[in-house]
Amino acid sequence: MIRIKAWFKSGAPWVWLNAAAVSTCLIMVVGVLGLIVVRGAGHFWPAPVVQFSYQEPDGQTRTIIGEHVDTSITPAAMAKSSGHIMADDEDTLVQYLVKTGNRDITGTDFRWILERNIKQQQSPAELMVVERREWGNFYGQLVAVKESGKVIAEGEQAGPVAQARINEALAVFDEIAHLEKKEVGGINYKLDQLRLEQKGLQLKNRWDAAAEQRISVEKAELEIEYKKYQAQLLELYKQIRRDSLVAKTESGQEVEVPLAKVVRVYWPNTMSMFDKIGHYGVKVVEFLTDDPREANTEGGIFPAIFGTVMMVLMMSVIVTPFGVIAAVYLREYAKQGFITRLIRIAVNNLAGVPSIVYGVFGLGFFVYILGGNIDQLFYPEAAPAPVYGTPGLLWASITLALLTLPVVIVSTEEGLARIPRSIREGSLALGATKLETLWLTVLPMASPAMMTGLILAVARAAGEVAPLMLVGVVKLAPTLPLDGNYPFLHLDRKFMHLGFHIYDVGFQSPNVEAARPLVYATSLLLVLVIVGLNLSAILIRNHLREKYRALEG
Amino acid sequence: MTAQHARTHSIDVSSILRDQKKTDEPNEPCIKVENLNLFYAQKQALHDVSMEMHKKKVTAYIGPSGCGKSTLLRCINRMNDLVDNVTIEGKILLDNENIYDKTVNVAALRRRVGMVFQKPNPFPKSIFENVTYGLRIQGINDKRILEETVESALRGAALWDEVKDRLNDNALGLSGGQQQRLVIARAIAIEPEVLLLDEPASALDPISTLKIEELINELKEKYTIVIVTHNMQQAARVSDYTAFMFMGELIEMGTTSELFTNPRKQQTEDYITGRYG
Repeated sequence: MIRIKAWFKSGAPWVWLNAAAVSTCLIMVVGVLGLIVVRGAGHFWPAPVVQFSYQEPDGQTRTIIGEHVDTSITPAAMAKSSGHIMADDEDTLVQYLVKTGNRDITGTDFRWILERNIKQQQSPAELMVVERREWGNFYGQLVAVKESGKVIAEGEQAGPVAQARINEALAVFDEIAHLEKKEVGGINYKLDQLRLEQKGLQLKNRWDAAAEQRISVEKAELEIEYKKYQAQLLELYKQIRRDSLVAKTESGQEVEVPLAKVVRVYWPNTMSMFDKIGHYGVKVVEFLTDDPREANTEGGIFPAIFGTVMMVLMMSVIVTPFGVIAAVYLREYAKQGFITRLIRIAVNNLAGVPSIVYGVFGLGFFVYILGGNIDQLFYPEAAPAPVYGTPGLLWASITLALLTLPVVIVSTEEGLARIPRSIREGSLALGATKLETLWLTVLPMASPAMMTGLILAVARAAGEVAPLMLVGVVKLAPTLPLDGNYPFLHLDRKFMHLGFHIYDVGFQSPNVEAARPLVYATSLLLVLVIVGLNLSAILIRNHLREKYRALEG
Repeated sequence: MTAQHARTHSIDVSSILRDQKKTDEPNEPCIKVENLNLFYAQKQALHDVSMEMHKKKVTAYIGPSGCGKSTLLRCINRMNDLVDNVTIEGKILLDNENIYDKTVNVAALRRRVGMVFQKPNPFPKSIFENVTYGLRIQGINDKRILEETVESALRGAALWDEVKDRLNDNALGLSGGQQQRLVIARAIAIEPEVLLLDEPASALDPISTLKIEELINELKEKYTIVIVTHNMQQAARVSDYTAFMFMGELIEMGTTSELFTNPRKQQTEDYITGRYG
């Protein structure tokens, strides 16, 4: 008894309790990160393609080709209750989830098979994976390569020829994408601007012969240019549609896969470790830099990364001056009293308002009222199509700025309060006015605190999804908010966001099973983006801290 | 303080006074305080203070803690304006102009009346930027002028030789004594008429204190100096005139030698002989 009492008195249990709390936190953080790293990073590794000889429940034996994705082990009792027939000596029911692809032929991408019904399992070298722009992956065996319907390579030679033809097709595809997006997109943008200009002039009653002449000349020039690109595109399309692959599916059926729809072909069972690493690198780069395909479940997520970073930067640009100015007023100019106390309480409570409420406010006030009025005043020619009267990057950034404003205000105020009085007096005693003192000494010295506020704001804003769904984020944005068309930064455009992308891919996609690894990979990326944004802010802050290291005490 | 201590104290002071040959003839007044009353909210901190300070002389305020000497000093460049709920009545004339007049530009006044505080308060900037701070505020950005001013101000503050090779280093890297001299350099860089020193050596070690005191002796060639000090030997060593304050009132003011050797008031005598309390 006495020894236990003494032990309690010594404080040791308290230390253990603290240590336990800290380690629980650490384990959770490491666990979360570990899970998404393992699940997300593994997605791009080329899995072997397996050929199963499988006895169907009806007794027939069939061949199933696909990637073994997952294994599920069910206890016998549970398996029985869900309708499986179990032998007495079986303790568990083992099922494999196989990604069989070929959705265009079989209608599904995945199927569960029973382990006990697998007669034979092997990984023959000739099994090929074709990543396609539509219908997901194709698994099968290459038979021949066709050019304009004629076979040019068969059997052994088909592989290398196919690879060469795909590289050609990919180059053509890139050219087409460039022409369509950049050149034709630019012309369409300019044509649209001309249309708006014409409408605007008509609305203002300044539509006369001179204007008509000018605009029709410009239009004609653009049309000529467009014709030129159209001819080029036509030629390219003909070129890309020329070749196709002939392949055999698991059931022995021969199908033709047009090369225009192929992203890459590989034979995973023959790949060396080195090849696999190369493949992995290519896939990761594609993930980071490409546009999404197939309802976001394939391809890259570059627009979402870009949108997230862009939105966070815009938010920072908006929230920092507002927060700092508000904090300076509250701390330096406002007479401290009941009203300022009330304002502080309000600001602190603002931080606790659920984010979706900000979204509703942003939609109701910024988008409809502000944006609607801006449209009426400045863009009457665009009506009835809204310009700013619809969710977009600007409104999303402002809404999130509002959401994070309290954080910036509170930390800036704390920073200002920490500046020693002697420094202010020193500046004032040299004949500086209050404003000069603020600008030249107080604000620079408080800048690390402002950065702290900004770091917290970025951390909160980058992960926020709910309000964004109301004020600007979309599943798929056709254009980035930043491009080569004047005025380059299009604040009225809708954008993609990593957080929303996760939600969309994970829960809204037509093919949830196929997209699940992508959810982890995107989560991992979102975490990395936030860590990156935060790290850069922290580096700036530490630099400022070093520079404005204040007098202690 | 014991009686024994007190006696040595007074003997010390008089010996210092004997060593110094001071010009006691009065000079023209530079600052005139007339019937100054100051209230912090309801509490009166200064009671009807009137005094004169002479051009290019050192005036020391002595008195026990909380007697209002710092408050009085901070009235001369209107530093007390920054305190909430402060009321000031009366006048302070600087070259015959009332600095509490409504038309007075406080920033311009503070350029004429520089101030050095108890604790060194350099800005977290380079030594160069610290000294040129006041000039930059006045819009002087000519590099040549700034460099010349930095050198002359740092020489004036007896710091040039120690820092001339590291003008771009952060001022917070200097020692306490150097920082205090830097702050003095910063104040004299804008060439004020009056320099207010609020216990400038109380946070420093004896050697730095000595340097500051030597500096004050040199600075009075050019500036009218008012110094607040706790240390009576210091007042005796550096000042030409001394004012003794007690409980917000000016008890006695006179030339330093007179006040220390022949105080007119009992309270003054009690204080300088250490019997105060």
